[in-house]
Amino acid sequence: MDALLQFIFSGVTVGAVYALVALGFTIIYNASDVVNFAQGEFVMLGGMITVFAHQAGLPLALAAVLAIIVTAAIGVALNKLAIEPARGAPVVSVIIITIGASILIRGATQLIFDKQLHRFPAFSGDDPIRVMGATILPQSLWVTGGALVVFAGLWLFFTRTLTGKAVLATANNRIAAQLVGINTGAIMTLSFGLSAAIGALAGVLITPITLVSYDVGVALALKGFAAAMLGGMGNPKGALVGGLMLGLLEALTAGYLSSQYKDAVAFIVILAVLFVMPQGIFGKSSTERV
Amino acid sequence: MLTVEGLRSRYGRIEVLHGIDLEVKSGEIVTVVGANGAGKTTLLKCLSGTQPVSDGRIVFRGESLNSVPAHRRLAHGLAQSPEGRQIFTNLTVEENLRLGAYLHSDERVDRDMTEAFALFPILREKRNLAAGGLSGGQQQMLAIARALMGRPSCLLLDEPSMGLAPLLVAQIFEVVTELKNRDVTVLLVEQNAYGALRIADRGYVMETGHIIISGPAAELIADPRIREAYLGL
Repeated sequence: MDALLQFIFSGVTVGAVYALVALGFTIIYNASDVVNFAQGEFVMLGGMITVFAHQAGLPLALAAVLAIIVTAAIGVALNKLAIEPARGAPVVSVIIITIGASILIRGATQLIFDKQLHRFPAFSGDDPIRVMGATILPQSLWVTGGALVVFAGLWLFFTRTLTGKAVLATANNRIAAQLVGINTGAIMTLSFGLSAAIGALAGVLITPITLVSYDVGVALALKGFAAAMLGGMGNPKGALVGGLMLGLLEALTAGYLSSQYKDAVAFIVILAVLFVMPQGIFGKSSTERV
Repeated sequence: MLTVEGLRSRYGRIEVLHGIDLEVKSGEIVTVVGANGAGKTTLLKCLSGTQPVSDGRIVFRGESLNSVPAHRRLAHGLAQSPEGRQIFTNLTVEENLRLGAYLHSDERVDRDMTEAFALFPILREKRNLAAGGLSGGQQQMLAIARALMGRPSCLLLDEPSMGLAPLLVAQIFEVVTELKNRDVTVLLVEQNAYGALRIADRGYVMETGHIIISGPAAELIADPRIREAYLGL
């Protein structure tokens, strides 16, 4: 029983990060129909920039804020320089552009920074907290708390603000959105900036636990994408549930079976779910009234 | 109010509008009728900025609209209720209407919404339902109501009667005439030539990318060529 709780703690922590990455996929997918495979690099950038800004003498909190802002700017630049000029190209081409961008970002990061593993101190120390026989790191609470705050904030943004609804409207029907006066180009920029910032935040939160190096983005992008597919691409609720499910599956497999099988079991379950529900758990079936 | 001169537009290498001249005066209901594929919808798309213009001028209230992007044209007073009832299917009826007034955030928005509900009472009943679940006629009403929420001085209506039962068509046309009392100028594009010409002040007949006849609506209805070709009389 103690072991189970322990696995759940670690699963929720990792799952919260997957959920944030999946949310990044979801936001850009909704605004542009594009699956942005550079999403994992945003997480990596969040961690790396914080590390080096902190080493350069900035207080940790300031370094983290700087990392999120710089990463958001890189997300906006990705949209302006690579995605917008390709408007009208097939979606597959644009997805390949994002893969190219992720390779570029990875290469530039190892040139500008280095290829070492880095970490910075956990926000509230490294003394584990005991909960009913299991232990949890204070940083894990930061990760899950951060993810919950982001999800709650975005939920409010999309349901309570006109700008949030404009994003949903643009996702639903770009032409109609323009006809009511929504600047859909600006909405795209906003989506990329937001999604990059959320990725960077995930990187900042998880680095004290999992460490960061220039190449951690690939695996995170893959897991985040899988989580988004599992939950239903394009649905923020799906991103949350998909991320947590994936994290828990991994942790339970690693705990009860073997850590070598954790990826395999996770992906087998995802395949099985998608086999029964091709749209994902919360995905809408694509029927439209004509 | 709206003047179009020598308007040409193309899809790829195929030109579909071969120099359209058209004028809409303030307070008028003007209709463009013609068969399927005549280029009526393309004409409206050019006016709303969602289709590129290859030649010619669009002047609205003294200003050239040629280089104004689609999302800025509503701010100039030009709204379009698009063909195929392009509503936001995943949002509620009320959210659709609120987004129609995206450019406005004053207390008049609530008043405009009350007026929209007065115009189309069924929308009030369904205000909290997803717009995608509305019937075709209700979606059409929503598209018109949403366009009106933007407080246009000129409304471009694309095929509002398409695919609707006769009773609904009559209701929609009634609303269009009602708009005249609200100082909204209307450019109505229709395949239902008879219905459109009956409520319009003036009309243009389009055929394969050209305007072939134009004049007061009453004269067009009486014109034997039009009676035969478009009115089936």
